[in-house]
Amino acid sequence: MSETSNPILKVRDLEVKFRVRNKELTAIRRVSLDLYENETLAIVGESGSGKTVLTKTFTGMLESNGRIAGGSVEFEGRNLVDIKTDKDWEAIRGAKIATVFQDPMTSLNPLKRIGVQITEVIEKHQKLPAEEARRIALTLMGKVGIKDPEKRFSDYPFQYSGGMRQRIVIAIALACKPRILICDEPTTALDVTIQAQILDLIRYLQREYNFTTIYITHDLGVVANVADRVAVMYAGQIVEYGSVREIFYDPRHPYTWALISSLPTLARKGEPLFAIPGTPPTLFNQIVGDAFAPRNHYALNVDFEEEPPFFQVSPTHFAKTWLLDPQAPHADPPEAVKVMRKKGNIYTESGAEASR
Amino acid sequence: MSKTILSVKNLDVTFKNGRESFTAVKNVSFDVYEGESFALVGESGSGKTTIGRTIIRINPASAGEIAFDGRKISGVIDKELDTYIIRNIQMIFQDPMASLNERATIDYIVSEGLYNFNLFKDEAERREKVFKALNDVGLLEEHAERYPHEFSGGQRQRICIARVLAMQPKFIIADEPISALDVSIRAQVLNLLRDLKQERGLSYLFIAHDLTVVRYFADRIAVIHQGQLKELAATEELFARPLHPYTKSLLSAVPMPDPDVEKDKKLIVYDPTMHEYETDKPSWREIFPGHFALANEKEAAEYAAAYR
Ligand SMILES: Nc1ncnc2c1ncn2[C@@H]1O[C@H](COP(=O)(O)OP(=O)(O)OP(=O)(O)O)[C@@H](O)[C@H]1O
Ligand SMILES: Nc1ncnc2c1ncn2[C@@H]1O[C@H](COP(=O)(O)OP(=O)(O)OP(=O)(O)O)[C@@H](O)[C@H]1O
Ligand SMILES: [Mg+2]
Ligand SMILES: [Mg+2]
Repeated sequence: MSETSNPILKVRDLEVKFRVRNKELTAIRRVSLDLYENETLAIVGESGSGKTVLTKTFTGMLESNGRIAGGSVEFEGRNLVDIKTDKDWEAIRGAKIATVFQDPMTSLNPLKRIGVQITEVIEKHQKLPAEEARRIALTLMGKVGIKDPEKRFSDYPFQYSGGMRQRIVIAIALACKPRILICDEPTTALDVTIQAQILDLIRYLQREYNFTTIYITHDLGVVANVADRVAVMYAGQIVEYGSVREIFYDPRHPYTWALISSLPTLARKGEPLFAIPGTPPTLFNQIVGDAFAPRNHYALNVDFEEEPPFFQVSPTHFAKTWLLDPQAPHADPPEAVKVMRKKGNIYTESGAEASR
Repeated sequence: MSKTILSVKNLDVTFKNGRESFTAVKNVSFDVYEGESFALVGESGSGKTTIGRTIIRINPASAGEIAFDGRKISGVIDKELDTYIIRNIQMIFQDPMASLNERATIDYIVSEGLYNFNLFKDEAERREKVFKALNDVGLLEEHAERYPHEFSGGQRQRICIARVLAMQPKFIIADEPISALDVSIRAQVLNLLRDLKQERGLSYLFIAHDLTVVRYFADRIAVIHQGQLKELAATEELFARPLHPYTKSLLSAVPMPDPDVEKDKKLIVYDPTMHEYETDKPSWREIFPGHFALANEKEAAEYAAAYR
């Protein structure tokens, strides 16, 4: 988690494009990111900002109309961008980097017994005999909180509730002891009680199996619960990242400010929630300047002309906004952000003192 | 409060599968007032979606009665009333992935109801309605020609909402309408639903598991567990004085967007076997004015005493 530990995954200047009929859209625009051993990194941000696409490049799961147009993803001494065939991906996908998606039914085969779906993965990736695979599968089922695994082993997915199915998907994801677990909205479809249990479960398993987690969610409550660090995405880029406390209690990017401002917990009932005006830019065209500028009432002239670099706020906290330029005028953050600063006992002046 | 727009009385919904049967909704009663947002919250599998689907007549009611705008809409009804219901009660379905026709353009998907009921004069008006609905949910006109698989989860959910809004219904059943949306779009959609409520007197049955959103949006909340209502109260009353242990456990599980608070979080676990219902049977009781809970004699006394 700390910046002294080595990154387990290093993304550099990654670019992803999709072909849609005769046009091409750029879904990921030169993203760089380090993922540290054993941490939980949450990725939040606008719908369509590229959270899922970004993490799909780590497992070679881009749809066929997508391609990596530039950059690198370094993992265990390999550049994953160079892997071309499904066969080569097998050594990584599911084995070293596993994903849990929002809808458990996209990962489970409705026609196959639960137990078989777990043992299959173990047999395939770990080349173990069936008896041994079964034993491991039963242990895993117990670990993810399925009561009486022996009895539930031969059930079909439809005999499980949504929460139980998601536990099985997690069990399958963990079957090969992956080094990185990507959770893409794993609890969005679940109720709060089950969600709380699944979050606890992932935390417990992370300690037990020592993996690193990337957690994608729109629920800032969940982020506050699980994350060590947070990356905020907008229009195909990471625009701010920092420790979970830095992002909640001392955010610096106006998009992050807007996110915090739209929380219903900080709103007064009967008054409209803060909503970011306008729509995100179309990804078909080249984006000039700061992609958020047209929706940002803190935007400076330079935002419409030149893309901002990342400015450093602390050794762990960076934001890609001209507001942090030493020459920028002072910007007074929205009320909600001030409320959050108080909650976190943060007493900074403005962002202006931040060094580049 | 104004007049009742939807009334659910002693509703049972039973699913039969060969010789086995399973009652997913048990003796559920509630009223939704005109212009009100009435929320249903409760664990997965508790019957929330089933109630919604029964109101729009996808699932038949096994017992009890549902009335809309003063007319009985459960059981056998005539064609005219059926059309009236389809137009005026629209449901935003829980699973945006499953509920969109993958082979149709967004333009067609959003227009489908308009076509079915001839709700436009000419092509120009239809396009206008589609664009308006898309804009209302924060999508662009350029999206109209595209297909569902080209959209992210949140974008697909907004397409579903646009389709419902294009119909201009009186009553919307919103089943987890915003759980797949990012915070800001969520705010946009909630503001939009709220505006429609204020401007057109729309009413909602709002199903959501994010209680921070429910607290902001709903006027009253009903808590459901294993097909039964356990508690019903005005929103702030429920948060201030939760009575039923299931409600308390639900409230304790809500993740708050505040890392320091989450660090010290304590979950309250609900154990349904804790009730002593053998002789002292539970019933639906008004513990405080407008604040109901399922309780037996002994519990009712305890609940009332707890906040004295
Ligand atoms: N197969 C595809 N073809 C065309 N465009 C695509 C495809 N997959 C994704 N996109 C586009 O790429 C962008 C990023 O999509 P992505 O699914 O990563 O968003 P996201 O941040 O995960 O959003 P959400 O929070 O709604 O899940 C979106 O604009 C989306 O429309
Ligand atoms: N068509 C059906 N046949 C048999 N059982 C069903 C059917 N539809 C729903 N059920 C069962 O009825 C119960 C209630 O399901 P429902 O979908 O209403 O729950 P819910 O409260 O909406 O849950 P969630 O929060 O997970 O969406 C569940 O046990 C479910 O398995
Ligand atoms: Mg996504
Ligand atoms: Mg449901």
